[in-house]
Amino acid sequence: MNGARLEAVGVAMPAARPAGRSWRLPRNRSVWIGATLFSLVVAIAVLAPYLGTTDPSAIDPVARNKRPGAERVIRHDDGRRSIATYRMGTDSLGRDVYSRVVYGSRVSLIVGISVALISVAIGLVIGLASGYIRWLDGIVMRVMDGLMSIPAILLAIALVSLSRGTGLRTVIVAIVIPEVPRVVRLVRAVVLTVREEPYVEAARALGAPTLTVLARHVLPNTVAPLVVQGTFVCAAAILVEAILSFLGVGIPPETPTWGNIMAEGRALFRIFPHNILFPSIFLAAMVLAVNMLGDGLRDLLDPRVRKQI
Amino acid sequence: MAVVAVFVFLLLRMTAGDPAAIIAGDNATARDVADIREKLGLNQPIAQQFVIWIGRILRGDFGESFFFKRTVADLIAARLEPTLALATCTLVLAVLIAVPLGVTAAYKRGSWIDRFVMGLSVLGFSVPAFVIGYALMYTFAIHLAWLPVQGYQRLADGLGGFIQRLILPSFTLAIIYVALIARITRASVLEVLGADHVRTARAKGLAELPVLLRHALRNASVPIVTVIGFGVAVLIGGVVVTESVFAIPGLGRLTVDAVLARDYPTVQAVVLLFSAAYVMINLLVDLTYTLLDPRIRY
Repeated sequence: MNGARLEAVGVAMPAARPAGRSWRLPRNRSVWIGATLFSLVVAIAVLAPYLGTTDPSAIDPVARNKRPGAERVIRHDDGRRSIATYRMGTDSLGRDVYSRVVYGSRVSLIVGISVALISVAIGLVIGLASGYIRWLDGIVMRVMDGLMSIPAILLAIALVSLSRGTGLRTVIVAIVIPEVPRVVRLVRAVVLTVREEPYVEAARALGAPTLTVLARHVLPNTVAPLVVQGTFVCAAAILVEAILSFLGVGIPPETPTWGNIMAEGRALFRIFPHNILFPSIFLAAMVLAVNMLGDGLRDLLDPRVRKQI
Repeated sequence: MAVVAVFVFLLLRMTAGDPAAIIAGDNATARDVADIREKLGLNQPIAQQFVIWIGRILRGDFGESFFFKRTVADLIAARLEPTLALATCTLVLAVLIAVPLGVTAAYKRGSWIDRFVMGLSVLGFSVPAFVIGYALMYTFAIHLAWLPVQGYQRLADGLGGFIQRLILPSFTLAIIYVALIARITRASVLEVLGADHVRTARAKGLAELPVLLRHALRNASVPIVTVIGFGVAVLIGGVVVTESVFAIPGLGRLTVDAVLARDYPTVQAVVLLFSAAYVMINLLVDLTYTLLDPRIRY
């Protein structure tokens, strides 16, 4: 409504996005590779129960430390027999590593996506406020600088130690907090440049309330950089979650996550490297996919950067 | 730094599990727990605890570890050497590998070495340190048996063993760092190579190597040094992980152990120490700018 009024007064609204932009998408290789790998992991996570998995937490003392490909005859109660293959072997409690890796993708995805969404949302609000409201800027940025001077993993570890029970929610919060300052800085930088633009001044001169100016004229400028930053945050979050779980301070060990599988396989790594091998392949591929997606998106959304790097 | 101090303190006291209960163990009565809490000063108001704590820190007294029953300063001193050795080794290694790689990549833009550097940098950001660590450990220590698998030997106990046991962890950590530095070096040198003074240097007949080193690299050095400073955060995070992978008894391991035991004084001290180191290094980096670029003055 407000936009319509401004247009009626004769203030030029930012031109509609050039239609050609979306056509560039298919040409960017790294977006394609990243998106394909990422959707593959999403598919694996969603379809986990139908991919020939067993209960990822089921402990089977008979089948401890099987090598990948080992077979086992299962006798059912009614006398039938079937053969189960441990595609990726079993861990020292006899849990099927394949099932655990497949189910572990769920945790990684949940952590990655929710950390990205939450930290971008919080960072956006704080960044908009501190970039636009002068007196708030100094205070907010000092706090953010303070937060940023603690290395992210260390801060996450310290945060995890706070909570009584460790769980998915704790881990997500612990990863979100170190990421927020990075988003805030980005948003603030965008706001500081945009607020001096003629169209923002024009809107203010016409008496548009602060919130309207922020929402209609400043916010759209932050979308592209935030999408890119969001993917990088997602990749970082997946990594940090794995590191926390690996160190034993993350999600409880019985939950199948890639970090937990590796933590479990640590003791017997010299004899049975498969416990570490398979989750690390998945983890590396996943993070690589998200990073490539982010790289590609950055090139797409900001053509200037592409020319430089 | 003050913000960090307040933050670290509040962070660790606000919602924390009760350390008194943990020290007392499962069989303790409520009375035992209360006694321990009294002894550790945990029942005083939080502001008072903070003032006491900050006063002690300024005198170099980090308090006594709840869990290890030693003073935190002692504990840190005992764990400092491995971490320092690992970090220094990694830093030197990373710079020695990354800068030449980055310069070569920029010089031969589009060649295989350029693509290798770019590929490495994407990979370096994506593969977590412990995965690299285990891969290296499996190949060189277990499969080829060239190097010891895990552990640490103090410098005082012999140089050979010290270096042998540091090679794998340092390389593990260096890979991420190399990725970071090489990428920036490449971008930064690439930008300078297009500048007028480089063309002039070439036009007056200077050989390629002096052009690259004196005219290109020197002018490209400010962003490189900056990223080395910022990368210290990555390094510190990596130290924590790598020390766990290679069973090195350093500060990183101490952090994890202390967190698991909810040993606040130790966690506070270590986080504060790491943050202080990070801030100091970046301050140093800022100061070296004046050496590298005479235009920058403070």
